[in-house]
Amino acid sequence: MKAMEIFYEISRDPYAYARKWKNQTGKKAVGYFCSYTPEELISGTGALPLRIFGTREHITCADSHLQSYCCSLVRGGLEDALTGRLAFLDGTVFPHTCDSIQRLSDIWRLNAGFPFHIDVILPVKLDTESARTYLLDVFHKFRRELEQELGPISDEKLSETIRLYNNIRRLLEEIYLMRSANPAVISGRDVYAVVKSAMVMDRNDLYGALRKTVDALKKESPAADNSKRIVLAGGVCNHPDIYSHLEKAGARVVWDELCTGTRYFEGMADESGDPVAALAQRYADRIVCPAKHCGADKRGRNLVDIVKNHQAQGVIFLILKFCDPHSFDYPYMKEYLDKKNIPSMLLELEEQLPAEGQLATRFESFIEML
Amino acid sequence: MSGEKIIKNPEPEARDIKSVKRMKEIMTNYYIEAKTAKDQNKMVAWITSGGPVEPLIAMDVIPVYPENYGAMIGASHMAVQLCEIAEQMGYSRDLCGYARSDIAASATGGGPIPGGLPRPDFLVCCNNICGTVLKWYEVLARYFKVPLFIYDTPFIHTEFSEEAKKYVRQQTLEYTQFLEEQTGKKADYGRLEEVGRLSVQAMRLWQKVLDTCMHKPAPMTAFDAFFHLALIVTLRGKQVVIDYYSELLDELNDRIARGIGMIPNEKYRLLWDNLPVWFKTRWLSNKFASHDAALVASTYTNAWSSTVDLIDENDLAGSLGIASSSIYINVSIDKMLAELGTMIKKYEVDGLVMHSNRSCKPYSLGQYDIQKMVMKEFDIPALIIEADQVDERNFSESQIETRIDAFMETIKSKKR
Ligand code: SF4
Ligand code: SF4
Repeated sequence: MKAMEIFYEISRDPYAYARKWKNQTGKKAVGYFCSYTPEELISGTGALPLRIFGTREHITCADSHLQSYCCSLVRGGLEDALTGRLAFLDGTVFPHTCDSIQRLSDIWRLNAGFPFHIDVILPVKLDTESARTYLLDVFHKFRRELEQELGPISDEKLSETIRLYNNIRRLLEEIYLMRSANPAVISGRDVYAVVKSAMVMDRNDLYGALRKTVDALKKESPAADNSKRIVLAGGVCNHPDIYSHLEKAGARVVWDELCTGTRYFEGMADESGDPVAALAQRYADRIVCPAKHCGADKRGRNLVDIVKNHQAQGVIFLILKFCDPHSFDYPYMKEYLDKKNIPSMLLELEEQLPAEGQLATRFESFIEML
Repeated sequence: MSGEKIIKNPEPEARDIKSVKRMKEIMTNYYIEAKTAKDQNKMVAWITSGGPVEPLIAMDVIPVYPENYGAMIGASHMAVQLCEIAEQMGYSRDLCGYARSDIAASATGGGPIPGGLPRPDFLVCCNNICGTVLKWYEVLARYFKVPLFIYDTPFIHTEFSEEAKKYVRQQTLEYTQFLEEQTGKKADYGRLEEVGRLSVQAMRLWQKVLDTCMHKPAPMTAFDAFFHLALIVTLRGKQVVIDYYSELLDELNDRIARGIGMIPNEKYRLLWDNLPVWFKTRWLSNKFASHDAALVASTYTNAWSSTVDLIDENDLAGSLGIASSSIYINVSIDKMLAELGTMIKKYEVDGLVMHSNRSCKPYSLGQYDIQKMVMKEFDIPALIIEADQVDERNFSESQIETRIDAFMETIKSKKR
């Protein structure tokens, strides 16, 4: 599909896109980790928020700062910072997530040398009044710190940005819903390219490109094939090849609960009232990621609901090796699925995917079971 | 102190710390009391090692520390077996060994205490040590189907913000309310202040015990401190800790007066960073002793006393959260470096031994940077050994031996 090209270009080399964007606009770019970064505040200053995924290859510098037992996202991000691949960034933002990101922030601040470094020290729980108040306080503080670095953000501008982001989220959700209705309408690879680009691209341009994509998709009506319906669960998936392997093995992804997926666009921010409060409220209401607490089993129940709502036949957990929060949640989430007779498999992701043949066999034998 | 003649370097048995026996009794009694809580009509709460325990004690709830049990499991070489059970349950081998051991011990009643730890009536999790405990306690909350209170202590990268201070203060109130609901009793603030005073007194005494190692030769080593730590972890807020540490302090001071060091020929003094390797303490201790090196202090044992000055005995409720948030492992690596610097000078150490602990990411990630900064700023050698606090599969004896030998050569040539 023609509308797709831009997304492929950006998702293949987000840094090249950001550098070009900076040259053309003369504006600033801010790198961040984790879906708990309120991107709207960064966009509100006119800067480009850009999620750092990090390289998966040729680690040369990061290993002298990080032991072998940390996830590839942390290692790859640091590698890009230390080798200068992120030199175009005007600053970086670290929301408090897991123990590894927490230490990465220190190592980064002391070694990477970006013009500014902001830690957004979020609460770890989101289900109490005082934690929500603290979350709001932290967002206000983040806004003040950003304003110091990037200039003032007016409430009007922020509200306008929130509306833009909500519209983007609606379109992303629409793509997901169309795919759930007929998985043959768009490939998994395409969706991956869209979501990944969404975290990088100029958000106004993104809105336009998404609009075009949705309109184009509406015109397509491919015959539904009899692929099995799969849900992906886990953290960050930076392996677009997985989708083609799955499709070859006879399955299509119909929904996900990934950081590089629904966790990015789920939940709208209130468009009336205080904009910062609206942002905080969105995070307080959204289903938590495993690094945050909101009841002891919400994610498990939510996953079962997702499977039901999208008539999926199985779940594949994609978890980065050495990722504590996700690894702790996996056994009970699997158990919740087991109780409902929903088959699942775990794929632990390292820097590189398992050899193609091996992965194909694993997927095939799982999909056959469904 | 007695004026008797100084006898240096007695036989190993004579160098053993006598108080150890009493310490074992106290711990046994503590676990018996916890195991029989129901008979005494008392409630049991499981709590993280750095959690604010004083309100529990003031409410007559018996605190139980899975991490202490983890250490016991490690020291009694039962961790691998339990970790493997956890792995069969689906928990990744890369997760903290305390968590894996304890989750498996909870499910099977395993570990050195027959039948395992007493079941909790509720759980208290303070994330000032790691994010692991949050996930671990969620597992426990689902397994035991009991309420979980989370005391959230925002991490301190560059500052302890006013926002965070307000948040922790508020949580102390919520914590008290939670305890009132669980126990059905009203909080007794007078009692809380009293427990707080005992706790502070115990922390100060613990610091004094550790400080005896400023003396050359050190009357005990960090390996002894690892053992004696159990009381400040599990029973702080109780009189028995104060009595015991006073006794221990007397014994150590007596050793100082008589010139008895724990290492027969102490020539080199080292600082240990991170948790102990519980299943290898004796081996490591002998290994260093064979080089005439004494580990005279550790960042780990220090963690239960270093924030004592932040506690306001007259405003325990207001200061507890501040102190809990400020511990060594909840601050950035540059702040850790400053604390290390203070310890390096205070204990006059010749080198730093860092345990890169596969189980504990928040303690270990960043050590490579700290190592470089320590060597540069304080001009002492720093060694990193890759190991694990309890999982023996992550320990390569020959490799570690070679590294320690090489490190000691560096230290020796530097001191020459
Ligand atoms: S993948 Fe897991 S360990 Fe890695 S940064 Fe994300 S939450 Fe942390
Ligand atoms: S060893 Fe580390 S990761 Fe494990 S419970 Fe203790 S502080 Fe947390």
